[in-house]
Amino acid sequence: MVEILDRQLLAEGIWQTKVLAPRIAKSAKPGQFLIVRADEKGERIPLTIADYDAAEGSVTMVTQAMGVSTRKIVAKGAGDHFADVAGPLGRPSDFVAEPLEELRGKRFIFVAGGVGTAPVYPQVKWLKEHGVEADVIIGAKTKDMLIYTEQMKSVASNLYIATDDGSEGFHGLVTALLEKLITEEGKQYDCCVAIGPMIMMKFVTLTAKKFELPCIVSLNALMVDGTGMCGACRVTVGGKTKFTCVDGPEFDAYQVDFDEAMRRQGMYRTQEQRALAIAKERAEGHKCNIGLDK
Amino acid sequence: MANKIPRVPVREQDPAVRATNFQEVCLGYSLEEATLEASRCLNCKNPRCIAACPVGIQIPSFIEALKSGDVKGAAEIIAKDSSLPSICGRVCPQESQCEGSCILGIKGESVAIGKLERYVGDWRLNNPQPTELPAKNGRRVAIVGSGPAGLACASDLAKLGYDVTVFEALHEIGGVLVYGIPEFRLPKKGVVAKEIESVRSLGVKFETDVIVGRTVTIDSLMDEEGFDAVFIGSGAGLPRFMGIEGENLNGVLSANEFLTRANLMRAYDEQYDTPIYVGQRVVVVGGGNVAMDAVRTAKRLGAEATIVYRRSEAELPARVEEVHHAKEEGIEFRMLTNPTHVIGDEKGWVKGINCLKMELGEPDASGRRSPIEVAGSDFEIECDVVIMALGTSPNPLIAATTDNLETSRRGCIVADEAGRTTRPGVFAGGDAVTGAATVILAMGAGRKAAAAIDEYLQNK
Repeated sequence: MVEILDRQLLAEGIWQTKVLAPRIAKSAKPGQFLIVRADEKGERIPLTIADYDAAEGSVTMVTQAMGVSTRKIVAKGAGDHFADVAGPLGRPSDFVAEPLEELRGKRFIFVAGGVGTAPVYPQVKWLKEHGVEADVIIGAKTKDMLIYTEQMKSVASNLYIATDDGSEGFHGLVTALLEKLITEEGKQYDCCVAIGPMIMMKFVTLTAKKFELPCIVSLNALMVDGTGMCGACRVTVGGKTKFTCVDGPEFDAYQVDFDEAMRRQGMYRTQEQRALAIAKERAEGHKCNIGLDK
Repeated sequence: MANKIPRVPVREQDPAVRATNFQEVCLGYSLEEATLEASRCLNCKNPRCIAACPVGIQIPSFIEALKSGDVKGAAEIIAKDSSLPSICGRVCPQESQCEGSCILGIKGESVAIGKLERYVGDWRLNNPQPTELPAKNGRRVAIVGSGPAGLACASDLAKLGYDVTVFEALHEIGGVLVYGIPEFRLPKKGVVAKEIESVRSLGVKFETDVIVGRTVTIDSLMDEEGFDAVFIGSGAGLPRFMGIEGENLNGVLSANEFLTRANLMRAYDEQYDTPIYVGQRVVVVGGGNVAMDAVRTAKRLGAEATIVYRRSEAELPARVEEVHHAKEEGIEFRMLTNPTHVIGDEKGWVKGINCLKMELGEPDASGRRSPIEVAGSDFEIECDVVIMALGTSPNPLIAATTDNLETSRRGCIVADEAGRTTRPGVFAGGDAVTGAATVILAMGAGRKAAAAIDEYLQNK
C-alpha cells in the first residue's frame, strides 16, 4: 500500500496526486514513468512522473480520468492509499546522460499537449538545474484545460501558450505556434521534445521535420507489467519492433510509426468503453449493450 | 512387496465442464488412493527415479512412508530435497523425469510419483509443521524475484538464521507461479499462497513493486541498504516474437501478456478491471507448456482455440498430461504447420494467419527432427487473435545496471553450479541463468545458491 500525501484538481477531470514512495523518489529521472494500481482489483496503469522529491520521499503524477481505472486513481485523496506504485520505469531522457558542456550549447523546445504537460515539467526543471536553456509550448483545447503553467514558468526560458479556441495565448494548434516561432520570430532550436496525445506528437514530428529539427517523443502505449514482460506496448521504430516500457518511452520521433501506435492504443477500447458504461450503469441504473459483440 | 494392481486413476473435472471454468483440472488422490498407488512401488535397489529427479528426491523412501500411511514422514523425506512439492507434483514433467524412468513403466504404467508427491505436499500445506528456527545471525541477504528459485533460496537461508528480504517487481508474490501458470493447473489460493505463507512463517520478508535495476540496484542494495549478499532469481520473462509480417496487428499478443492478464490480473473474473479479448477464434503458435496454458485459457474464455506447431506431435515440448488435457477439452491441434504472416483487415485487426505445411527432415541440434517447408502449401486459418508462445529469455535489466556481472550471448547471467556469479557476493540461479526451464530446476538452483551464500558469508 502506498500512501497518498496530497491531491489537487488541476483542470476538469485532471488531477495531480502526490504519493509517498522514497525509493522511487530517489531513483527517478526525467522521462521515466510509474505503474499505478488503485486497488486490489484494479489494472496496472502506466503514468508519467510529473515531479519527484528525494528529500521528501515523494513522487507526483498527473492523471486524466478517462476510463474505469483512471477514475479510480483520481478518486483517491490525501490519506488514502493506492494498492501499488511501481517505478521508476523506462529509460531516462537521453539528455540526462549527455555531457553537460554539449548540453549547455543546445537549445531545446518542448511541445506539451494536455495532460502530457506534466511529464515535460521534470525534464525542463532538470535542464534548468543543470544550466540548460529550454523553451516550452503548452497546448490545450481551452484556457481552463491548461495545466502546470505556473510551474513551467518557473523553469522554462520562455513559455508559450496555445489554445484551440484562442481563450489564452496563441489561437491555434501547437504545431502552428511552433512553426510561427521558427519562421516569424526567428527562434532556432537544436532539439524538440513533444509529449502529449499521440496525434499531436505525430503532427509535431511532421512540423519538426520541415525544419530538419531533431525530435523526441514520449509514447503512451498500452502496458501490463511495464518491465518488458508482456509486449503489449510494442511499437515500430525505424522498422524494428521495440517495447515502449524498456526501450522507451522516449524515441526518435522521425522513426516512429505513429499510425500503428495509435491503432494499437485502441486494442481494448471496446472492453474499456463497456467497463466504463457498466460502471456508469451501476451508478445511474440503465442497461448497457456496448461491446456485447466483442 | 508390490502388488499388481493397475495405476490408480486420479479424479479429474469432466472435460466438458472444466473447459468452461478456471478451477483445477486434477482433483488429486485421497489418502486411500494415495496409499494404494504407493503400494505399487517396487522399492528398487537401484532406484532410477532418484537419478532422474533434478533435485534427487528420495522417491522410494517417501513412497514407502506413504504406503504405511505415514504422510508426515513422507513429507519430511521430500522436504530434505524439495521445498515446493505441492507445486512440483503439479507442474514437473514427470514423464521425462522420475516416472519416465520407473521400472514399472517399461511393461506397464509407472508409479504416479507426481500425484503422490502432490498428495504429500498438499498434506504438508494443510498441516503446517512448526519449524525450529535458529537465532538470527545478523547477516542480511536480498533475493531478487519471488518465483520458485527465489522462494527456495529464501526459505533455506531463513532456516540457517539469515535475515532475508525478497524483492518482487510485480504486485504479487510468486513470479511465474502467479503470472504464468494458470489457476486450473496450479491454484493460487489453495497452493501458491500457502506455499508462500510457509516461507513467510520462517521470517522471510517480502517487498512487492520493487524493480531491481530501476527502483533499486544490486549496488544500492549492498552498499546503501546493508545486504551482505544477493541472490538473483529474476527468471526469464521477456517474450519472443517470430518477426513475421503482421505481428503488430491488433489481436497479436505474446502468451506472457495473455496469461498475465488472465492469471495475475484475473481478467476471467468479472470483479477485476482487466480487459482481455479472445474473439471467436484464437490461434496459439507454439508447442510448449506455455502454449498449452494459453490455448486452454482462451478456450475457457469462450473462444474456439487452436494450436499451430511446426513439428509433429511427438516433438511437442509440453508435458504429455497437458497435451492430453487440452485434447480432452476440445483444443484443435494443427501439427507440422508454420505461420508465415498474420493477415489483417482494413482497420488493422487480425483476421487470419497464413501458414505453410511442414514435413520432418533430419534431426537438428536439439536432436529433434527439423521441420522443412512444403513448397506451395500455403493456407490460411481464420482467427481474431494470434498468441505467440515461442519461449522467453531473461530480462536484461539487472545485468545492464550491475557492473562486472557477466552474461552470456543469450542474455543469461553467468553462474557456476553453486550459483556464484562473476561478482563476489552476488549469486544467481533458475531461468535467469539457464534460460526458460522448469520449476524444479529453478527450485534446485535456489537451494544450491543458498548453500553457497551460507558458505560465502561464513568465510567472509
